Amino acid sequence: MLISISQLVTAVTGFVAALLFMYGLKRMSSPATAASGIRVAGAGMLAAVLAAFLYVFNVESGAKPHLFVNLTLAVVALSVGGAIAWWSGKTVKMTAMPQMIAVYNGMGGGAAGAIAAVELFGNRANGVTQLVVTLFGALIGAISFSGSLIAWAKLDRVLKAPLQFRGQQILSAALFLVTLAVGGAIVVSVAGGPQLLPVPGLICLFFGCALVFGILMTLPIGGADMPVVISIYNACTGIAVGLEGYVLQNPALMIAGMVVGAAGTLLTVLMAKAMNRTVFNVLFKRFGADKKHKRGVVAGNEKPVEASDAAIDMRYAKSVIIVPGYGLAVSQGQQKLYDFVKLLVAAGVSVKFAIHPVAGRMPGQMDVLLAEAGVPYDMIFQLADINDQFATTDVALVIGANDVVNPEARTDKSSPIYGMPILNADKAKKIYVVKRGQGKGYSGVVNGLFYADNCFMVYGDASAVLGTMLEAVKGLGAAAA
Amino acid sequence: MDSYTTVNVFAGVYIFMLAAFAGWVIIGNVPAILHTPLMSGSNFVHGIVVVGGLFVLLNATNALEQSIGFVAVLLGAGNAAGGYAVTVRMLEMFKSSNDEKAHHAKRRHAVHHPKRA
Repeated sequence: MLISISQLVTAVTGFVAALLFMYGLKRMSSPATAASGIRVAGAGMLAAVLAAFLYVFNVESGAKPHLFVNLTLAVVALSVGGAIAWWSGKTVKMTAMPQMIAVYNGMGGGAAGAIAAVELFGNRANGVTQLVVTLFGALIGAISFSGSLIAWAKLDRVLKAPLQFRGQQILSAALFLVTLAVGGAIVVSVAGGPQLLPVPGLICLFFGCALVFGILMTLPIGGADMPVVISIYNACTGIAVGLEGYVLQNPALMIAGMVVGAAGTLLTVLMAKAMNRTVFNVLFKRFGADKKHKRGVVAGNEKPVEASDAAIDMRYAKSVIIVPGYGLAVSQGQQKLYDFVKLLVAAGVSVKFAIHPVAGRMPGQMDVLLAEAGVPYDMIFQLADINDQFATTDVALVIGANDVVNPEARTDKSSPIYGMPILNADKAKKIYVVKRGQGKGYSGVVNGLFYADNCFMVYGDASAVLGTMLEAVKGLGAAAA
Repeated sequence: MDSYTTVNVFAGVYIFMLAAFAGWVIIGNVPAILHTPLMSGSNFVHGIVVVGGLFVLLNATNALEQSIGFVAVLLGAGNAAGGYAVTVRMLEMFKSSNDEKAHHAKRRHAVHHPKRA
């Protein structure tokens, strides 16, 4: 009786967890309700994990003598893995968020792969369908695991340049086919056909090939494309979890995994579109490798101005739109920027933030960084909502951004960024650009905006420049009083 | 495998289809401002894999299965806990101007109160 009650409780908890995940994700689609959404999903997760311990009443007969050891191992693994990840999640810098997400994602893929490994080594699959599903889950999970770790290494600057060599794509493709062939051999062997190698050997080979494929697949991809890659692996892990959920006959895993698989795929497509790349190009072509860009000579000069003059000009403007980029985050200037904005707002200037979809190193990361500095989200506008307003704005202040305001993307067909949606900062009456020095953006393209007649350059570290601007406007207030 | 959760192949395909559709529709409405938290939030959701890891580990019958199962739970727990921690941190930062004003009002009130007393 106890057995069936425990089964019922785990089954119902699984259902409730799946329900809470969906409801939580739904609430996460608006900034006002998002924080409660993740808590709802978290409650579902906690309930599902606690209920999973009821499995002890219902273990297979072979596992009964090991139950005490297994239970101890489970508690240790849960607390060690949970505590380390919790601590790292609480302390990681917001600028390092993309690589942290890559690590957690890789862990999920690894867990799905490990579950598949136990099922395979124990020969537990119930029929050929389950075996094939297990293998696919194992393949996707293992690729996601090793690929995510490479993505982390690249974003964290452990690995620097994209690593490419001749015939890399052919090697990757061949390795993928070998992996599939080994998987096929496992199915044939288990189903009673001829055995080339002992099955455990084949399983090891299968995982080895899948892991190496994940590494080979990710190594040649450049840092700028990494967020899209992380998003792809996020979707992959979801699918792997869903497939292993089927193997374990656990609907909660199936639903949660497949929801993430679909959501992650959509998110990947949206991100790639925002970066003017297709998912295919991200995976198989190096950025800018297919086009020879003729570097045009741009007429005009870059005109430097003092930070304090720019600040005072903005203080007496009617409207200012700020275009922040990754350079702002690198110099940790968000807080000073918001302090400066507060002074402008207090003086009656209308201030808005315009965020390009790929500002930062990951879509939406700049929004998070501004939110961290305390900027309310109703001051933050996305490209489509604000782009028409530049033409009627007195000053556009571009801080640490470059490619996302490059007018070449609209006009120069030979440019590697041609066709990328950009913020129309060049249409504002006056433009101030805060920049470390005369250099090019991530794409290596010259920015014609900097040479425009109504554009002025403030050279220096974003944080230092904003400090000067802050003092200049404060000094003005003191003088007036 | 227990009697309450038996899923045959076709029921499985239906569950996958409906779940995929639900995920697609739910995420389709999310504004770009939330893309990073959303990615980490969906990353957290597939941390449910830890439940599968627990099932496998508790049913382990030899040292090999115990060690792989241990790794599965360790990694799955990391996925779930880490994903939750970073997502909550990010989402708690999103405040509207009204929240901000309310926050300041509360602080001012807190300062005034002891003076009155």
